[in-house]
Amino acid sequence: MGTRASAPRAPATISTRVDKVGLRPKVTRAIRAFVVVILTVLILLPVVWMVMTSLKSPSDVVAVPPKIIFEPSIESFIFLVTERVQFPTRQEADEFRARDDLKWYEEKVAERGQKITRVGDFPKQLRNSFIIAGTSTIFSVLFGVLSAYAFSRFRIPGEGDLLFFILSTRMLPPVAVTIPIFLMYRELGLDNTYFGLILLYTTFNLSFSVWLLKGFIDEIPKEYEEAALVDGYTRLQAFRKVVLPQAVTGIAATTVFCFIFAWNEYAFAAMLTSDATRTAPPSIPSIQGVGRIEWETIAAASLVFLMPVVIVTFALRKHLLRGVTFGAIRKG
Amino acid sequence: MSSITLQNITKRFGEKTALNDLSLTIQDQEFFVLLGPTGAGKTTTLRVIAGLEKQDTGDVLFDGTSMTGAVPAERDVAFVFQQYSLYPNMSVFDNLAFPLRSPLRKLPKGEIERRVKTAAETLRITHLLARKTAKLSGGEMQRVSIGRAIVREPRVYLMDEPLSNLDAKLREALRIELVHLQKTQGSTTVFVTHDQIEALTMAQRIAVLDEGHILQIGTPHEIYDAPATTFVATLVGTPRINLMQASRQDGRIFVKDSSVRLPPPTGIDLPADFLLGVRPEDVRPTNSGEFSGKVALTEPLGVETIVHIRSGENILTSLVPGITPISVGEEVRFDIVRERLHYFHPTGKRIVAASV
Repeated sequence: MGTRASAPRAPATISTRVDKVGLRPKVTRAIRAFVVVILTVLILLPVVWMVMTSLKSPSDVVAVPPKIIFEPSIESFIFLVTERVQFPTRQEADEFRARDDLKWYEEKVAERGQKITRVGDFPKQLRNSFIIAGTSTIFSVLFGVLSAYAFSRFRIPGEGDLLFFILSTRMLPPVAVTIPIFLMYRELGLDNTYFGLILLYTTFNLSFSVWLLKGFIDEIPKEYEEAALVDGYTRLQAFRKVVLPQAVTGIAATTVFCFIFAWNEYAFAAMLTSDATRTAPPSIPSIQGVGRIEWETIAAASLVFLMPVVIVTFALRKHLLRGVTFGAIRKG
Repeated sequence: MSSITLQNITKRFGEKTALNDLSLTIQDQEFFVLLGPTGAGKTTTLRVIAGLEKQDTGDVLFDGTSMTGAVPAERDVAFVFQQYSLYPNMSVFDNLAFPLRSPLRKLPKGEIERRVKTAAETLRITHLLARKTAKLSGGEMQRVSIGRAIVREPRVYLMDEPLSNLDAKLREALRIELVHLQKTQGSTTVFVTHDQIEALTMAQRIAVLDEGHILQIGTPHEIYDAPATTFVATLVGTPRINLMQASRQDGRIFVKDSSVRLPPPTGIDLPADFLLGVRPEDVRPTNSGEFSGKVALTEPLGVETIVHIRSGENILTSLVPGITPISVGEEVRFDIVRERLHYFHPTGKRIVAASV
C-alpha cells in the first residue's frame, strides 16, 4: 500500500479515452458532421428559397441570375390576401395613386398599377383547411384512442382479423379509389361539404391512429387501471384519470401525423371541393396572378400554409421525440 | 371487515384451466395466505375476489352476500399489486389520496388529508408525500402501495406478492410491518406468495394451491407438520424434506438403497411400497446414532448448518444448530426422530392414521 503513495503527479487534464484520441475517431466525427451539414442544407434549401422568394419584389423574383441579396418586401403577402385588377391605362393608375385616402396596403398595390377589389380567396381556403384538418384530426385521435384502448385491453372476438381489416384500408394508394369515391360522394351529396372531407380524412387516418395508439397503450401496464378500478373508479374514470395522462406522448405523436396528413391532402381536396369548401393545398398552385404568374404570391402562400404544421410540431416536440422512438425505451 | 367465501370457482383462459372447482372460506379478520408455485392460480383467485376477473362458474360471497356481477369498485376491496401499481403521473400524496377521491366516496378535503397523513405516518413515508413516484426506491414504492390500501377501510385487503420484488432485508422488515398492521387493524387479508417463509411467518391459515386446485388448507403448523401431499411437503420448509422410496417387509420399514431400517408406526396402515418423508431437522447426527453414513457436503449458514449425509444411494439432508465440527468425507452416525416421520402413497397423498 505504501508503494502506491509515490511522488505526487499532476492530475490528468486530457482525456486518455481511446475513442476520443487518435486519427480515426476524429476523422469519423468530421465525416459525420459533414454529412449532417450537407443533409441539413439539402433539406433546408428549398424552404429558404421559398422564404426568400416570398419576400422578394415581383421584379427580383424573376431576376436572372437569381438575386441572393435583395430589398425585402411584403407585397407578396398583400397580393395573397387580396383580389386585384390592373388599371387599364397608366393615367388612371396615376390618378388613383394621387388620392390621399389610400391605406398603406392600397398604396403598395397601386404602385404596381393595381387596385384592390376585395379580400382574396386564400384566407377563406386556409380557414377551410383548418376546419377540415382540425376536425378530422380530433375525430381520428379520439376514435383512435377509444378503439386502441378496447383492442389493447379487452378480449375481442376476431381481434386479429379486425385489426388487419383496419390496416387493410391503407394497403391501397387512396388516389386509386378517387373515382368511386367521387361518384359515391356525388350520389350522397357529400361532395363540396366540410363533412365529406372530414369523414374521408378521418377514415384514412383512423387505421394509422388505431395501430399507433394501440402500441402506446399496450405499453401502459394494465395494473394501473386495475388499481384504479379497485380504488373505486369506473372503467371510464380510470381510463380518463390513469390511462390518458400516460398516453399523452402517443396521442401527441398521432395528432401530429394525422394533422399533417389531413392538412397536406391534395388529390381528394382538389376533386371533392370547389369554391365554398376548397382547402388550401389545391388552391396554391392555381393562384391567379394579375397579368403574370405571381411566383412571390405562391411562395408566400406556401409559407403561410407551412406554418400551422411547424407550430403544431414545435408545440408537441417534447412528446414527439419519445413518440417516434417508442418501443425502444423500456419503462422502469 | 368481511369474511369471504369462494364456492366452486372455475376459471378458464382459453384452453387453460386456471382455477378448477376451488372452494374456500376466509374468516373475518384473518390473515390468509395463498401459497403455490408460479401458475398455480393464486393471483387469479385474488383477481376473482377483487372482481378484476370474472369466474366462469361458482360464486364469490362477502359476508354471505353474492358478489357475482359486482364491479371491483362496488366490492370495496383494496389491492396491493406486485408492481406497477403507483400512478406515475402523480405525487405520493395524490397516489394515497386517489382512492379517497373516488366519486363513490366523496370525502371532504380535510378528511382526505387527515387519512393520508395517518397512513403515511403508519408506514413512515411522511417525508415522501410531495415526491413523484418515479423518484422512489422499490421499498418506498411498495410502502406507498400498501398506504393506498390502508387509507380507506376496505372490506378486505388483497395482496399479490407485494414483497417479491424487494431485496431480502426489506422483505423481512415489511413482512413484520404488514403482520403488525393486520393485527392492529384487525383486517381481513388475503396474501398471495410463492415464498414459503412468508407464508409460514405471516399466515394464520395457508391454502396451498397447485394447477388451480387446493391441495391443503391449514395453519402453518398443520401445513408443516402434516403436509397433505408430497407436493406440499416439498414446497414448505428449507432445506427440503427428505423423501425416500421405502417398502414394508417382515414388519419393518426398509428404505430403498440405504441401510436405514425403521420399525413400522402404530395405528397407520402402510402399503407395501410408499414414500417416506423426513424433515432435515429430524435427521440428527449423534455419536450413538443408529444409522451411519458419509458426509457429502456441509453448508454452514451461521445459525445452523446443512449436512448432506450419504447413506447407500440416498443423500439425506440434516439440519444441525450452529456451526458443526462435522467435515466432508467423515463417517457419521445419526438418528431419525421416529415420531415425526411422514408417510405418503406413491401417488403423493399422505397416509393418515386410520381413525379407529
